[in-house]
Amino acid sequence: MHDANIQRLLQQRSFTELGARQRARALLDAGSFRELLDPFARLESPWLARQGIVPQADDGVVVAKGLLDGQPAVIIAIEGAFQGGSLGEVGGAKIAGALELAAADNRHGIPTRAVLLLETGGVRLQEANLGLAAIAEIQAAIVELRQYQPVIGLVAGPVGCFGGMSIAAGLCSYLLVTREARLGLNGPQVIEQEAGIDEYDSRDRPFIWSLTGGEQRHASGLVDGYVADDVEQIRGQLLALFAKGKPALERSRRHAWFLERLQGVDTSVQADAAAVRSTYQGEQP
Amino acid sequence: MSSTIEQRGRSWFHALAGAATPLAGLPASLLVADAELAGQPVRYLAVVADAGNPFPRARNGEVGLLEGWGLAQAVDQAIEADADSPHKRALIAIVDVPSQAYGRREEAYGIHQALAGAVDSYARARLAGHAVVGLLVGKAMSGAFLAHGYQANRLIALRDPAVMVHAMGQAAAARITLRSVEELEVLAASVPPMAYDLDSYASLGLLWETLALADSGRPGAEDIVRVQDCLGQALADIASGPRDLRTRLGAVNRAASAQVREMLRAQW
Amino acid sequence: MQTLSFEFPAGQPARGRALVGCVGSGDLEVLLEPGTAGTLAIQVVTSVNGSAARWQQLFERLLRAQQLPALNIAIHDFGATPGVVRLRLEQGLEELNHA
Repeated sequence: MHDANIQRLLQQRSFTELGARQRARALLDAGSFRELLDPFARLESPWLARQGIVPQADDGVVVAKGLLDGQPAVIIAIEGAFQGGSLGEVGGAKIAGALELAAADNRHGIPTRAVLLLETGGVRLQEANLGLAAIAEIQAAIVELRQYQPVIGLVAGPVGCFGGMSIAAGLCSYLLVTREARLGLNGPQVIEQEAGIDEYDSRDRPFIWSLTGGEQRHASGLVDGYVADDVEQIRGQLLALFAKGKPALERSRRHAWFLERLQGVDTSVQADAAAVRSTYQGEQP
Repeated sequence: MSSTIEQRGRSWFHALAGAATPLAGLPASLLVADAELAGQPVRYLAVVADAGNPFPRARNGEVGLLEGWGLAQAVDQAIEADADSPHKRALIAIVDVPSQAYGRREEAYGIHQALAGAVDSYARARLAGHAVVGLLVGKAMSGAFLAHGYQANRLIALRDPAVMVHAMGQAAAARITLRSVEELEVLAASVPPMAYDLDSYASLGLLWETLALADSGRPGAEDIVRVQDCLGQALADIASGPRDLRTRLGAVNRAASAQVREMLRAQW
Repeated sequence: MQTLSFEFPAGQPARGRALVGCVGSGDLEVLLEPGTAGTLAIQVVTSVNGSAARWQQLFERLLRAQQLPALNIAIHDFGATPGVVRLRLEQGLEELNHA
């Protein structure tokens, strides 16, 4: 026990600086990490190499089983440094498949819970329709698993969570973010491309953070926890959320509340951070 | 101005729902009505262009904040209404969605969460035993398709050049991948998941059926009957199958998706 | 993108296996696994075309300093500098010793 404590203290460190595999290992109970389909399984993308893009042996997704607070858990971590954390066929199937198996566990009385570490731009455009299909299946699996156990999403940064995976994040029982996190459907570049620079200036970083950054999302009630970039604090918040059990009504089921709020928005003017906070929290920041 | 393509959803909604009264209390960009098909209760849902949409970036049939949450409401209402009934109405998503809404208001107010609301309702409906069918009559793009159609038990597409499934429009995809549109087209010719044509999409095994009609844009009586027959067959097929999405696995062009699951199960 | 193969004489097979790095910009991923006795086999998939001679030199220099165990090494390179490549290889070999 003493050794384990020392180990913990030595591990006190930034979470966002860790790679996907290290993140999963750092959050699971000490010594319980077991990776499935590890890089030596060589399940690389069947589509990247033929487009002249170097693949990664794990396709950028780490699936690790283990324990969280002594309970069976699976942590799914996306590697943001590989192709922007984009999801292709293999990485997407690893996530969907793991969530499907966790749901099957629960149907058979094993209370497997899931954590998603989201660092992703969404669909990998080089595998476009297979990425999109996989994300639909990930979303289906989250909704299924969520019936039994909380599914917790963590957006730590620096990539953030975008595209179809931001919708997946919105389906989670609980969402945790850090100050380094951004959460939004469309990447700034794409909005600028589609809607023009007056609508969205993709190079105006303060503007983008003010609308989609972790602090703003927390202040607007679009996530459940705002946590420092520290392994132990993140782990502590995860365990506290699991201890709460399933939410009474998931955020993605609150259409009546959101529609009522949106009806009060003056859409003739552009949105800013304060207006969003006031709309969703009923008070000025 | 709406182009003809953007009216396909509206045309097919009226063709299939007939004289049924649209559900009240929803955004004007949503058409939802209950009707009967093959002797079963069904609810048709379509997202349509609405020039008066209060959100200016969602006026051409895009799925935006109101559309996401509105679909969530319309589907959830069916789940609740049928909660105690053994005969749950089928949900038929008529899909003609050019994109999600791209805009500042959308990001600021959490369009990702609105689309999650729609996905959530469709997925819960499917798990609750409602048959869910996605009928692709026009574009089925990216987040918009995820929110409206992609949670269906079965996907049916009309064979028509205007019917297209993709993760991103070509121009934006070129910019993001640092390639030219021409380069993307060359790649798409040999990489089926990247292509924009329906045959390539069909080769991924995600569609249950495709239908070639006389006029997919302006459905005549015969075309409508063929689509209704196909929808009826889909409902029968769903009734005897699983409630999850496993029927989408199996195509050669999607072999890795099945292999990954098999290996995961073995190591679980 | 280019795929290159190299073979060098080596000792007995290594015992463990190791993974270091990531296919991120300016970085590379190195997978090391036990090989056939007497052979060090290296396969490089790199985003930089026309770099075969540079890799050959880099491996030769590394092997001049030490005799390696028999290994199959797979490298996925995303434009790493020779310095980063050497660092990753040394990290991988170091991890093997602790495996």
